[in-house]
Amino acid sequence: MLEFAFQEPMFALEVIIGGLLSGIMYSLVALGFVLIFKASGIFNFAQGALVLFAALTFVKMLEFGVNFWLAIVITLAIMMVLALSIERVVLRPLVNQPLIILFMATIGLNFLIEGLAQGIWGAEVHSLDLGIPEEPLEGLMDAVGISITYFELASAGIAAAMVFGLSIFFNKTRVGRALRAVADDHQAAMSVGIPLQHIWALTWAAAGIVALVAGMLWGAKIGVQFSLALLALKALPVLILGGFDSVAGAIVGGLIIGALEKFSEVFIGPYVGGAIENWFPYVFATVFLLFRPQGLFGQKIIERV
Amino acid sequence: MSVPDRNIGGELLKVDNISLSFGAVRAIIDVSFDIREREIRAIIGPNGAGKTSMLNVINGVYHPQEGSITFNGQERAQMKPHEAAEQGIARTFQNVALFRGMTTLDNIMTGRNLKMKSNFLSQALYWGPSRREEMENREFVENIIDFLEIQAIRKTPVGRLPYGLQKRVELGRALAAEPHLLLLDEPMAGMNLEEKEDMCRFILDVNEEFGTTIALIEHDMGVVMDLSDRVVVLDYGRKIADGTPDEVRADQAVIDAYLGVSH
Repeated sequence: MLEFAFQEPMFALEVIIGGLLSGIMYSLVALGFVLIFKASGIFNFAQGALVLFAALTFVKMLEFGVNFWLAIVITLAIMMVLALSIERVVLRPLVNQPLIILFMATIGLNFLIEGLAQGIWGAEVHSLDLGIPEEPLEGLMDAVGISITYFELASAGIAAAMVFGLSIFFNKTRVGRALRAVADDHQAAMSVGIPLQHIWALTWAAAGIVALVAGMLWGAKIGVQFSLALLALKALPVLILGGFDSVAGAIVGGLIIGALEKFSEVFIGPYVGGAIENWFPYVFATVFLLFRPQGLFGQKIIERV
Repeated sequence: MSVPDRNIGGELLKVDNISLSFGAVRAIIDVSFDIREREIRAIIGPNGAGKTSMLNVINGVYHPQEGSITFNGQERAQMKPHEAAEQGIARTFQNVALFRGMTTLDNIMTGRNLKMKSNFLSQALYWGPSRREEMENREFVENIIDFLEIQAIRKTPVGRLPYGLQKRVELGRALAAEPHLLLLDEPMAGMNLEEKEDMCRFILDVNEEFGTTIALIEHDMGVVMDLSDRVVVLDYGRKIADGTPDEVRADQAVIDAYLGVSH
């Protein structure tokens, strides 16, 4: 079958492009993790739940007959309130605790938010139409015979814009620097006048925004339902590959995982009985870990002894 | 080495009858002293004397159970470290606390945090005023880098630097805040002779050129005696002496604390 890939280069290309585009969607989820990791050094187990919560809130607003843009604003506001409450109730009492404690707290948060989302908004599956057509771009289809939908293109554009914005924000601005500072050393950050609480609230609010974008796009793709919360698992190999603290890494990692997933399914799958799409990225990420634990773009940790 | 015309001003910081305990452990017991404008004040004492605790009290990390602190004429109740920073107190740490993944330049830029005012949204978009503000502060930081002679490591992640240089970067970050009062917790610990001499020179230059008031903890007695205008000595959480280096050196209680007494 691998020879087949070389015999049919256009088909192989189409598979890879399809993979890259679905990879972008993973990147969107991974970005939320990167945000919190960069600003607090913790792996936020609750990110998937945030995606679910945001998507459910948004779709419910639409169902109540709220205008599309107003629904976005209301959902954003609710995500802000959620972020502020998380900071106040969960994170603030845990200042200066070891990171593992904060990580455990996010596991608890995950179940709480999942329950909250379904408790408030119900557990039915909702369909979500963002008004972006699912048809392929005709020009491209006619010219080279590769099918890319408007929706895929729009997702890619949105992801690219978010990455661009976040990169500049983290690397070139005072608040971005403050976020990284807090992640490195709480005491030192406070000594230069960075209020920990504001920074944490800000990060979680930003992660909430990213979760909403991911939730909207994924919700439109697979329906707004509980499985959105499981997207967090799909983000894991992306993060391992790209590096937990790199915005660019989340994107490149997502692209690689997406392309690899589809390529392996189509060209390697048949040798081993198929359906390898679901586990191949994890195996790949595990092997990758052995050689480059900090990820492609992650910060290398050098310990002076 | 105290120069006669040291131009020392009035009282900048005053701690009054401070007591701090952690459960049953009494770290500081009824300590009072003051720090005057533009002076270099050393806090010394054997290990476990409560020196770093004292610095943490001034910095707002610890909240003493008893006593009061007056800074810049204002008596203050409890305060958080970032509020202390807002009032003009900067510090370095005993075990270097830098942002390890960031470059020297970025580390020192974080020290400008409070000097930069543009709001979050315009920063996120990185437009006009924010960009200009970033540039102006960058210039200030470049001056500090020149002053501390660390141009060569501007873009190096600090985690890779040798210890002596890390301490220098940390001093740079504290200076970037243009502090009124600078707290240095063992600025020369773990340095070789040459690095120590450099650090001494920087401390004296900071004090002279910017008129910054400095409180420092140091174990190297030679350094303390050379640098400081006045010395306060702590032992087991209590103040046992306070005065000029010469007075302190001659004090019987200090000699006993450092050399031990035969009973």
